[in-house]
Amino acid sequence: MNKVILSLQNITKTFALGAHEVRAIDDVSLDIHRGECLAIVGESGSGKSTLANMILGIFEPTSGEILFNNSVLPAVRDLPLRRAIQLVQQNPLSSLNPRRKIAASLRLALDVHSIGDKNERQQKIGELLEEVGLTAEQQNRFPSALSGGQRQRVAIARALACQSELLVLDEPTSALDVLVQARVLNLLNELRAKRQLTYIFITHDLSVVRNIADRVAVFRHGKLVELNKVEKIFSSPDHAYTRGLIAAIPVVTQDEVLLRDSLGNDGSTGNHNLLGNKEETR
Amino acid sequence: MNQPTLNIENLQLGFKSHVGMSKVLHGISLNIRKGERVALVGESGSGKSVTARIILGLLQTLPTARISGVLEFEGRDLTKLSAKQRHALRGTEMSMIFQDPTSALNPVYTIAVQFTEVLRRRQPKLKKLLAFEQAAAALRQVAIDEPERVLNSYSFQLSGGMNQRVMIAMALINNPTLLIADEPGTALDVSVQAQTLDLMHKLVQEHQTSVLFISHNLGVVRDFADRVYVIYKGRIVEEGATQLLFSNPQHPYTQALMSAVPRITGGGIPNIPDVSDRYSDPAYIHPASGGEL
Repeated sequence: MNKVILSLQNITKTFALGAHEVRAIDDVSLDIHRGECLAIVGESGSGKSTLANMILGIFEPTSGEILFNNSVLPAVRDLPLRRAIQLVQQNPLSSLNPRRKIAASLRLALDVHSIGDKNERQQKIGELLEEVGLTAEQQNRFPSALSGGQRQRVAIARALACQSELLVLDEPTSALDVLVQARVLNLLNELRAKRQLTYIFITHDLSVVRNIADRVAVFRHGKLVELNKVEKIFSSPDHAYTRGLIAAIPVVTQDEVLLRDSLGNDGSTGNHNLLGNKEETR
Repeated sequence: MNQPTLNIENLQLGFKSHVGMSKVLHGISLNIRKGERVALVGESGSGKSVTARIILGLLQTLPTARISGVLEFEGRDLTKLSAKQRHALRGTEMSMIFQDPTSALNPVYTIAVQFTEVLRRRQPKLKKLLAFEQAAAALRQVAIDEPERVLNSYSFQLSGGMNQRVMIAMALINNPTLLIADEPGTALDVSVQAQTLDLMHKLVQEHQTSVLFISHNLGVVRDFADRVYVIYKGRIVEEGATQLLFSNPQHPYTQALMSAVPRITGGGIPNIPDVSDRYSDPAYIHPASGGEL
């Protein structure tokens, strides 16, 4: 089995905005290794979601190629390809159809991908729910009758329904309370180990990244400014922008304050200068 | 004067529905001294925001809401005020900053028009031009370099961080005694959030404004507040000076909450139950913080 599951090669994506052209992603090359959790971090407008949408096949890159398992992803993807790459969105309340019971939402994924016959699908729904820590009884509820954490578990179950290999997790826990977030992150970790999944974890929350990712890609204004192992990012980041981001993290312990300050201060560009520049260029 | 800016004792709230009463607050006691920054921390549904809305007098008008307890603002009994008197307090003596600045600002009026409206709550006869000047000065205080351009813009033409700074300037322009900030940074990028909160911190310190800071983000609270109340399911479970409470949390719920926050020093994500009987243990009040007023 090859090591690289997804490879972005010189990806650029521009959008026409009236007479202007906005470069949402600017010449990004990046390899995602099988079984890793790669975090994509950046502020709003940095191109994180645009990148995710291209990986999912919602947009096509303006130039450059995306290789999945060594073959170029076509503009129109067939079912097996769509099955392999799945998405979990930020807000399960809007990603799950409120008029569909949980079972129906999950069954739809199985129907679309023609997995099993009627009985097998019913059984599979029960298994999926159990796998994400819900009970089979909960399949007859509507999303509104579940808590935020439970809804996100359903969304994860749906993404796993069709034996996906790569999950794009777009801020999967930022709508959740911190205790619930911890439990969902643990679930994601377990599932990754058990099913040998690869995660692209898009977030702005660097404290989560520190504890779940293997490598981190930092984006700014559509450019990849730093790509490193998570330990490296949080001990000696290469880029001043990364240092600025880390310096802005709200932390809860004195140890973290020390770490944050030691990283924030060794750059020539202070946090506030950096931010000031950013606001001006917008 | 030694009286607290805000004093709440045994505040209870329930909502009446066709199936009976659902209790939301089970007797909350909380006080804020002059110039003090107090945080109310809890998860969604714990009763943070309804507390803020009761203080502002917004829930009292709701026919299904049942409210009891002591509510004093600068020694005045808020429960005895008429709707009109409560209205007069809002925007002048008390003001509020909401989570999402873009939806808190009206998209069909320019920032200048909205500023003028706020200023006229305190100075009803204020001329438009003068209001514009005062608003511009207030925007300069929140580090907006070209206030004229911002004042002539609509909220959707400005970035989220810019809008939140406009909200802060607007909330503080009438020099309120009490500022209620409900998750003021949540909708912003981390770096913009840090910058915005810094600014807010500086301004309230200058003006000696008392602040009730509502948040679920423990890190932000640690940076901003002098004193913290932790709320769980409509009950205060722990109270103490920020330093003390963060370095030595005593209540099982606070401890769970703290350990669930991912650390930038690493260490993984601990497995903590999100419900436990121990979370409903009696409240722990850290010494040398609550009692002396």
